[in-house]
Amino acid sequence: MALKTETMVLNMGPQHPSTHGVLRLELELEGELIKKVIPHIGYLHRCFEKHAEAMQYNQVIPYTDRMDYLASMYNNFGYVIAVEKLMGIEVPERVQYIRLIMGELQRIASHLVALGTYGLDIGAFTPFLYLFRDREKILSLFEMTCGARLLYNYMWVGGLSHDIHPDFQRLTKEFINYFKPTIVELDSLLSYNKIFIERTANIGILPVDTAINYGVTGPMLRGSGIKFDLRRNDPYSIYNRFDFDIPVGKGLVGTVGDCWDRYYVRVREMEESLKILEQAIDNIPEGDVQSAIPKRIKPPKGTVYSRVETPRGELGYFIISDGSTNPFRVKVRAPSFVNLEVLGELCKGHLVADVIAILGSVDIVLGEVDR
Amino acid sequence: MYQYFYELLGSEILATLITAAVPLVNVLLAALIGVYLERKVSAHMQDRLGPMRTGWHGIFQTVADFIKMLQKEDAVSTEVDKKLYNLAPVLVFTGSFAAYAVIPFSSKVIGTEAEVGIFYLLAISSLVVAGILMAGWSSNNKYSLLGAMRSASQIISYEIPTAIVVLSMVMYTGTLSLDKMSQMQTAYFWNWNILGGAEFGFAKFLLIPFMIVGFIIIYISTLAEVNRTPFDIPEAESELVAGYFTEYCGMKWAMFMLSEYGNMFAVSGLVTILFFGGYQSPLGYFGDAIGVHWMIPFEQVFWFIAKGWFFVFVQMWLRWTLPRLRVDQLMSLCWKYLIPYAFVNLIIIGIITLL
Amino acid sequence: MKQYLKNTWDGIWTVLIGMKITFKHLFTPAVTIQYPDVKVPLPERVRNRLYVNIDDCIGCDQCSRACPVSCIEIETTKAIPGEDLGTTSNGKKKALWVTKFNIDIAKCCYCQLCVFPCPTECIYMTDVYEFAEYERENLVYKFSALTETEAVEKKANFEKFQAEKEAQKAAAAAKPKEEQKPVN
Ligand code: SF4
Ligand code: SF4
Repeated sequence: MALKTETMVLNMGPQHPSTHGVLRLELELEGELIKKVIPHIGYLHRCFEKHAEAMQYNQVIPYTDRMDYLASMYNNFGYVIAVEKLMGIEVPERVQYIRLIMGELQRIASHLVALGTYGLDIGAFTPFLYLFRDREKILSLFEMTCGARLLYNYMWVGGLSHDIHPDFQRLTKEFINYFKPTIVELDSLLSYNKIFIERTANIGILPVDTAINYGVTGPMLRGSGIKFDLRRNDPYSIYNRFDFDIPVGKGLVGTVGDCWDRYYVRVREMEESLKILEQAIDNIPEGDVQSAIPKRIKPPKGTVYSRVETPRGELGYFIISDGSTNPFRVKVRAPSFVNLEVLGELCKGHLVADVIAILGSVDIVLGEVDR
Repeated sequence: MYQYFYELLGSEILATLITAAVPLVNVLLAALIGVYLERKVSAHMQDRLGPMRTGWHGIFQTVADFIKMLQKEDAVSTEVDKKLYNLAPVLVFTGSFAAYAVIPFSSKVIGTEAEVGIFYLLAISSLVVAGILMAGWSSNNKYSLLGAMRSASQIISYEIPTAIVVLSMVMYTGTLSLDKMSQMQTAYFWNWNILGGAEFGFAKFLLIPFMIVGFIIIYISTLAEVNRTPFDIPEAESELVAGYFTEYCGMKWAMFMLSEYGNMFAVSGLVTILFFGGYQSPLGYFGDAIGVHWMIPFEQVFWFIAKGWFFVFVQMWLRWTLPRLRVDQLMSLCWKYLIPYAFVNLIIIGIITLL
Repeated sequence: MKQYLKNTWDGIWTVLIGMKITFKHLFTPAVTIQYPDVKVPLPERVRNRLYVNIDDCIGCDQCSRACPVSCIEIETTKAIPGEDLGTTSNGKKKALWVTKFNIDIAKCCYCQLCVFPCPTECIYMTDVYEFAEYERENLVYKFSALTETEAVEKKANFEKFQAEKEAQKAAAAAKPKEEQKPVN
């Protein structure tokens, strides 16, 4: 007589230490082997898009902060670029530079969280705290500039809420010098650790065509070996003036497109961001950061789609204007949301512990997934 | 020790009770200090401060926590299997408590001078598995169940390399008694087993590399047996919330914790006895030098505790450095790496001993 | 076999490297502080609890309109002639009694949008960040300088004034008619 066996359904989340927020995963298990993963989202839905319709254009900015709360600057950035495009505003050079610097600092800060929590998912607690310690330094730079540590509302349509602090340039340079060795330290403490490699290499391999078919962007796509970065491929702001590399996954310790590659792309991206910062920080031109801010933001009738490369991938804003002071419709293409879809594909045939590793390497922010 | 108290008090019952209380005190102290040390070590490794408010540098933090635990409501979910659920923490704690009975803190302070001490130690520590399985099964929680299953397979697998290394040491020393083993490594560090034992000769130097290998193997496998990172998959907090004790709270939870930290010291003690001279001082006894012989046992207690805590510290150090392995990698580490190495080591040590 | 030995070696070696790093950190000073006893100095631009200097407020309602979450509630009453409200510190003449100026700080998202439009710079963010309360109502900050009775009184005053004016107007409107009649 054959033994009767059945699969076990395990509910992971929304309250679970490593679902990075309030994601619920329904796992169908056979022993510890994954048969199926169904992500359930929506626990953090705050109606951003609907809210935006009732707001004036500049009042939407604090709401964009709260989507990807680990990269608020970049969400501001994407939104203001879209509105400026709609209105045809030319922003001053100084503003462009400061925005770019803030954006790259934000990219580092966001990757620090992603890498730190990834280590935490794998079980390494200490790198997490080292990285958060460094992130605090970036947040202090932001706080010095605009007064907030997490939700900045810093970039405005046509300008910035504050000019940079007189000490900002000096402290940023100090930070760049301080931060370089800590990347090396991270590499030897975590990236090349044998156990870490065992846990992440050859796990959750994302083949190129699957990635493209699902519309995956950001470090995930680059981890699969495609050199696609909007900063280079569809340059916005002044990114085309700077010299930086686009790191891609090479399968150094496993297969191209595995978790380790995605992790390592983020590490290398931090280095590239430092490169950009070094080029930009000394060349901020003089000027008034608020000179181009329009008195009333009342864009002409029309639609606009503009996209930026946030730390998580392509963040797009689609705005319809009916000529009034409120947007008629704001649609967000959130990178985490799109990247999350591929989870089911990645997890098949792995163990429960791998689901955590894979989810961590996708690097979702639930605020952005659910909006 | 029983003999000593029996002669002192003249009552069998009292002597038994006192002899039994000594390991209990030891295990509780080990757990209290262990938890505090863990907090402090982890904090400083991560550039934090750790507990600072209860007493000097938070020294009473664990005591305060312990009192808090005692006061906590014992919330039991309605769906658990009550009998097993209540029995499990007791069983786990008993396992680690009983292990302390044969650990010689000094030539005088030892629960029982059982001739088969090491055998007993290996056997009694398996009791923990039963407790963990019970806890996982009775909790009626899928995470607990997964944790318990992992834990059972892990502990049972890792007992094999432990046993093999122990076997090679037993072969080498020719005794099963932990006390005798310690005595053989007389009071200078070059007589320790890790440096080839007390007998001087060509074999001593030949043995050193294999002793080191043996030490590494047993250290790793005991680490796995007490569920410490990188082998803490049964309670992997990022996967299984808290593993087999997810559903426990208050004092029952504390008992799991106590036994974990108690075990940490116990296995460190075992490693110390096998390879690092047990309670023997590395540089001779002060008491010997000045002719005050009653001081020697106290010195021995000091050295044993110092060595034991050093290895506990290394366990913590590892924990706060490494990520954790996956469950199948854990098994392959055991079966594909540790056991073959341990076997080869066993054979070589056996041959050298024979020669 | 070679791979096997390499794996063993890699495992041990990378663990040792990691241990070296953590050991170094054991002796670096902690970066955390003991919060309520020690506090980090805040930068000058810090954005925390709002404060309204009501003496300077002209009741223009601009801050309330700028707020994306509508957490500022302002009610004003016009002053009647003869009541002198004084001027603000930057010389603007005040013409409105601010009878109600409530900020529900529980709703506030500290976006600072209300601060910029204020013509007299009387609403601003302070560096107070420890203002937790047990009751939610306590988080509604009332900034109006007038007590409730005063507010009612001002309102009544204005209404009376309005009514009188209306009456005067009505009277004025009625009069010419009467005056015109005889002419016809
Ligand atoms: S800070 Fe923002 S949310 Fe708070 S009261 Fe001002 S405008 Fe409203
Ligand atoms: S904007 Fe300034 S003056 Fe106007 S109502 Fe608000 S606080 Fe008063």
